[in-house]
Parts: sequence; structure tokens; C-alpha cells
Amino acid sequence: MTIPFSPVLPGSASPGAAPPATPRNLPQKGGEPNPSAAAIAAKFPALFVRSEVIWGDTNVYVHPHGVTEVVRWLHDDPAERYDYLSDVTAVEFRDFEQPLEVVWHLRSLPYRRFLRLKASLDKREPLVVDSVWPIYKGADWLERECYDMFGITFTGHPDLRRILMWETYREGYPLRKDFPLRGRFSRAEQLRQALSITTEGRYSMEELSVAQAFEDLPEDMRRRLAGGERTGE
Amino acid sequence: MATTTRTVEVALGTAGVDSDGRAVRTPMTVTENGQVTTLEPPAMGIAPELEGEHLLINIGPQHPATHGVLRLVLELDGETVVRCIPHIGYLHCGFEKIGEYRQYNQVIPWTDREDYLNSIGNNVAFSIGAERLFGVEVPPRCTVLRVIAMELSRIISHLVWLGTTCIDLGAFTPFLWSFQERENVYNLLESWVGARLTTTATRVGGMAADIPDGWTDQLRNFIRTFPKTVDECDRMLTKNGIWVGRTTALGVMSADEAINYGLSGPMLRASGVAYDVRKDFPYLDYETYDFDVPVGSNGDVYDRYLVRVEELRQSTRILEQALNRLPGGPVNSEDHRVILPPKNRAMSDMESMIHHFKQVMEGPRPPIGEVYVPVESPKGEKGYYFVSDGTAKPVRWRIRPPSYVNLSAISKMVEGHLLSDVIAINASIDIVMGEIDR
Amino acid sequence: MGLSQTTPHGTTTTTFEPSNQESWVATRLDFLVNWSRSKSLWPMPFGTACCAIEFMATAATRFDLARFGMERMSFSPRQADVLICAGRVPFKLAPVLRRIWQQMPQPKWCISMGACASTGGMFDNYAVVQGIDTIIPVDVYVPGCPPRPEGLLYGIMMLQEKVMREKMSDNVIRNEMEPDPKSGLYIPPSRIDELSEPFGNSVQQTRSGL
Repeated sequence: MTIPFSPVLPGSASPGAAPPATPRNLPQKGGEPNPSAAAIAAKFPALFVRSEVIWGDTNVYVHPHGVTEVVRWLHDDPAERYDYLSDVTAVEFRDFEQPLEVVWHLRSLPYRRFLRLKASLDKREPLVVDSVWPIYKGADWLERECYDMFGITFTGHPDLRRILMWETYREGYPLRKDFPLRGRFSRAEQLRQALSITTEGRYSMEELSVAQAFEDLPEDMRRRLAGGERTGE
Repeated sequence: MATTTRTVEVALGTAGVDSDGRAVRTPMTVTENGQVTTLEPPAMGIAPELEGEHLLINIGPQHPATHGVLRLVLELDGETVVRCIPHIGYLHCGFEKIGEYRQYNQVIPWTDREDYLNSIGNNVAFSIGAERLFGVEVPPRCTVLRVIAMELSRIISHLVWLGTTCIDLGAFTPFLWSFQERENVYNLLESWVGARLTTTATRVGGMAADIPDGWTDQLRNFIRTFPKTVDECDRMLTKNGIWVGRTTALGVMSADEAINYGLSGPMLRASGVAYDVRKDFPYLDYETYDFDVPVGSNGDVYDRYLVRVEELRQSTRILEQALNRLPGGPVNSEDHRVILPPKNRAMSDMESMIHHFKQVMEGPRPPIGEVYVPVESPKGEKGYYFVSDGTAKPVRWRIRPPSYVNLSAISKMVEGHLLSDVIAINASIDIVMGEIDR
Repeated sequence: MGLSQTTPHGTTTTTFEPSNQESWVATRLDFLVNWSRSKSLWPMPFGTACCAIEFMATAATRFDLARFGMERMSFSPRQADVLICAGRVPFKLAPVLRRIWQQMPQPKWCISMGACASTGGMFDNYAVVQGIDTIIPVDVYVPGCPPRPEGLLYGIMMLQEKVMREKMSDNVIRNEMEPDPKSGLYIPPSRIDELSEPFGNSVQQTRSGL
């Protein structure tokens, strides 16, 4: 018995395109833009801010409240088909006045395109941006890391809690520019806080709701869990 | 919170099962703030229905089968995994933060230690990214040497994967074979850059050192003998009943799911997506090498194994082609913005000495801009994303960690499988905690 | 009490306190115990990062840890003699390492493998413990980033030498400092026993001395 099998081939949507090659002598500014940038500008004139080409990659700035809309269109439109999310991250500049940027690296496997989508967040206001988790499941941990390291809230993310640092980490968001390299507390205090964590106690409320444990929880925790809260302690 | 701790101990205090197969619980005492509380065992009545209560089991962070300090909290129904909640961050060392406080060349030692199975490949990936940010082109000899470095690195990384996965699934001998071959590669790396594991082999604009005399002969020797070891492992495992039985139909990801979850590397290719950064977004002239991209059809653990073994062979092919085309000439770029002047000139010529001093103390400054350069690391698409504000230190050095994204799909992959299969599925992801937690 | 000895140069008297001296039997017994301990140390590899790979290389074909009676990796701390901490230890891992050390039965030793475990190494930042000796006592530090397998083997041989010099009568080396019960670092002995409860075919041994 043979199982019918056909692999998914990148570049399948653009058969006539030139085979990919190692980029050489890229100009710093003003290379050939990704056609998707113009398509976003035409489709979402209200959300589109600007686009530029840096070292061969196209940056598209959009409004932070329209990210989900733009990304969903990029994902679904048959002429774009950005089906692969490479990365979600954020950039904070040393200059305080410069806004914090959230960066999505999108990839279209059928067209072999790469697009960098950006949204600028003013640091004086709450750092809130749309989650792309409903579109790409791979965004789950990437957005959690962004929240952990920068304190950016992704609305629509199902389980936004710290991922790399422990949940009771109190020193702040490590990758922010106002966070010192060695942390805010003294070494002794950092060590004391870390050692006083009960290793067995490090279960989230979601995990504690499993099995018998739920009945054993105190009343207030049960109420918080029933209300949809997922992180404990 | 004291209450949380106590609750957890009840969940963990299951000492075994009684003759009816029910969990036996022992009374435990807990001392909290000097107060001793005794927890009574729950009354053991008659089993009400067939589905037993769910059990919470904790694997890691210190566990031999988690390949590092991964922690998995599993909810079990009998022996079937109902839910899996991974906890990571136990090896978070702040690489990206440190990168913002170091010059570009100074960051390279950290890239060794981030995905430590693929050190020299990370060095190359970093340099490619930084060179694009600086607008520097490297000479052809350097490009070919870097291809050799990346493929050697892929080989030693896959060998660790093969060895440790075999141990997880009960075969010890392939571990010894693969580590023997790793020692051969280590000898090559050691004679090239002086270190076995943490190589720091590249610089922005070139390499730390050219290969020594006779090195290519050693490499040819390795290329000749290495496929025999691969064949040996292949013969031992591929048609081995235990191996096939323990790996097929586990952790299946369909092609669409794999793309949506952002998987990359062998994980994605085993699901039938022929996406390889070397082919689709080439770097280092990979488009001029003749190699195949192995693709699996089922997307299970067995396919991932097959893909990785085939990649070992393809890497050998690339190494052979790279050796045949290795040109002469310098390994470092001529660009004085990033490259130090030669030592004899720095010692005798005032201008060169000042240049050397400035280069070392202040560091080269890239123009304002940003680059994201993906490479095909053994784990998948690894990318370094640099943002520069025109100073000598990056504003942001972001690592796109392939095994981080791959691991995030573990909850989906293990659900519905048996507890012992969790080990096989976790092993098939080929995780490196250094890269996941960074 | 004294011992007189007459030689051609005269008579010398050596005095000694019996309580300060050890009998021949005790020293021979010490030797026997130490010899058997040092030649069959069961390592508990606490491998976190790069050093763990070199540790695996040490255990594998070329360097062959079995030559030192150490090939029996004890992945459970309850059956281990020597903790080999290979790799960097971030703060999030610090309580885990400490708990594992507390679960190991006496006598126990610790090798800190590599620069990161010994001093924090190149990771002088917010996330990494600056040397595991701030958490647990360390017997042998192996420098290197990562140490070569030869370096680790040398460290292991140094530990064996150290074990050979131990005396049963000297119980100071087995005393552990208990942290202040009021601090967050203190774990009551009953709780340690609970956690280090033996299982399987291991013998009944408790860590706390209760």
C-alpha cells in the first residue's frame, strides 16, 4: 500500500520567480521593496503608517490597534499568504523619547517573502498591543517572552504570564533599558529571594485545579480560579 | 502562600497503588512557620467509576530525560497524558541583555554558549548578520570555510541528538559511537581554533584564524570514515523493531499545524514541508551546493529520526563539495572599518596603532539600521536580529531560537500519548535549554 | 604519659595525649573506608549547560569515566555521593540545586565544574548565581569554560585524594550549617526527610539525622 504524499514546497505560488540566491552588496536604504508593503498601504490606509527598506528587508509600520487585522489579512489573502511567523519581539531604544517597537517577522513560504511588521508604542502610555495568537499558534511563547522581558501586554493571548523568570520575580522587566544589567536588588537579596522559593510550590493555579487538588484549595483561590485567573501566588 | 504549598503536597503525596489499583495516600505532616499540620489521608471508598482521578506528575527540572533543565507538569489519566504544561526559564542567563552591553565582536563568545551543541554555527550566523549590518563582504575563502564550519556543527549537533535519544529509548551503544565521531570533529575544531566546544571561531568580517596546514586532509579523512558510523547507526536502528515501535505514530504534526506552530528544521521537514533556509533564503552561497532536503511524510518521531540521519549524510556531501572548491586567498575582509590592522604594522606604524587601539577600545560602529538574518541551524531556523542606533553596541540583539518555538508545540504533541512516549517526543524535538532560555 | 627511646645519642622522651591520637585500628579502618569510598563515587550529574556536554564526553568513549569507578551515574540524588554541577546556575534554578543537595545522603561531596558554576563566569548579570558556593558547599572547583574532559578527570582525582584524607573521628567535615530558622532559607528536618524519602530498593537513610 502506498500512501499518497506530496510535500509542501516553498515557492510553490510563484513558479516563474528566479531561484533564491545569497544577497550580495545590499544597499543600506532603498532596495527593492516587498510588494506586500504597497498592498498593505492600499488595503489599510488608516492603519498603515509608513514603510521602508533597510538592508534588503521591508519594514512596515502599522498602528498597534490594527495589528491583528493586518496580520489576519496577510495570512489569509491568496496573494500574500504569510503563513509562517518567525518571531515576535520588541525593541527599546536608548533614547527615552523614541517609542518602543514591537516587531513581527513574517514569512510567506509559498511566495518566499519576508516582511517585518512593526508597531510603535509610546512609553508614557500602557504598553498594549494585539495578540496574533489566534492566527499563529506559534506566537504563544514568543508573546509570553515579550511580556516577561518588556512588560508588553498582548490582548487576546490566552495565558499571558511570565515564562523565563519565575512568577513572583519582583525586579521588573529585564530587557527594558531602565533595568540595570545586574538587576535592581543586591546579590544577597536576589539569592535570598530565589532560595526562598518553594520548588514544590511552584505550580500555577491552572495546574492546581487538576484532580483532587481543586477541592483542597482555599476558598479565595477557588473563587479566583473560577473567575478565570490562571497564575498563582 | 502557605496554603498553596500544602495543597501541592497532597497532590504529590501519592505513595503507590493498593490492590484495587487506587492511589494510596499517606498522611503527611507539614511544618509551616513552626506550626505542624497533619494532613489526613482521604477516605478510601469503593471505586466509584472506571475513570480514576487524574494525577499530577512533575518531570524535571533535574531529570535525565529532559535534556537539560526543562520541567514538564503532566496531568495523567491512568498512564495517558491529558494535559502537559511545560515550564522553562531554568537556564535563563540574560544573553540578550548582555549583548546590549558588548561590542559586536565581543558578543561572539556568548553565541558559543547559547546553543552549545552548535557553537561554531552560531558564530558564523552571528557574523553573517553583523556583516550585513556593517555592509561588509567577506572573501570567498572565508565563505567556504564558514560553510565547512556550519556543516561540521550540524554533524556534531545531530550526533548528540542521536546519542542522547538512543539512551532515552533504551539503546546505549549508538551513544558511544556518536560520541566517538564527535571527538573526531572536536579534534578538527581544536586544531583550527584551539577550543573543543566554545570555539569563538569567527569575527565580524572574517575568521579568527585560517585553517592550519594539513587540516583539509584530516577533514577528508573524517568525511571518508564518518558515513560508516552513520550507516552503522542506521543499520542498528532504522529497522529495529523496538526503535520503530517506540517512535512511530508519536507526536504527529501535520504540515499545516507544523507551519502554524512555527516549527522549523527537522521538525518541520518531518511533517512534509520542504522548508530549508539554506535553499529558500540562502546565505553563504548555499544555492551553489548540490544537496537534498530530506522530507518526512508522517510527521512523527520516527520521521524526525530519518530526516536527521539523512541530514548527516547530506552534510557530508556539502563538506566534500566545499573542500573541493576551497579557494586560496585571505580569510579576512579588507574593510578597515571592522578588521584590525596586521600586528606587525600595529607595532611599528603610528596610524595603524591608533586604528588598532580605537578598534579594540571603542569598537566598530555600524550605520543605523536593523537586520534579521536567518540560518539553518541543526534545530531549525535560527536568526539573529540586530538593531543598531549607530553606536558600537547593539541596541537589541535578539536570538530567534528554533528549539524554543519547537518546544512550545510539545503540549499539543504529547496529549493523548502515554507517559513513556513523552520522553520519546521530547527527545525528538532536539531541545537545547541554553538556546530556549537564553 | 610518655614514651622513652634510648639511642646512641641519648634518651629522648616523646609525650602524647591519647585523646589526640588515633589508634592503629582507626587509621587502618579509615583507610579502608576511604579507599572504598573514593574508588566508587557515584556521581549525580547536575548538568545544565555547555559543561554538561563536556561531562557527557568525559563519560563517553574516549575519556571513559568508568576507569575511576564513576560510570554509574546516579540520576537520583538519594543514591549519589558526589554532585557534579556542570554549567551555569541561574537564580531560578538555585532552589532546585539546593534541594537536590539536601536530598543527598551523607557522606557527600560536590564538584563545581566550569567557570559559570564556580564564579558565575562571563554571566555577571541579573539572572545568574555568582558561584554555586553561595548555595551549597563545594569541594573541588574545576576551572575552564568548559573544562576539557582531562580537566574534569583531574578534578575527580583531586576529590579522590581528598576523600582518602578524611578521618572518621573528625566529624567537623560532616557538620552542615543550618540557616537561621527565621530566614526564608531554612527547611525543617522533618520536611527534608519527607522529600528525601527513600524509594525502590534503596536503604532507609534519612538526611536530617532525625
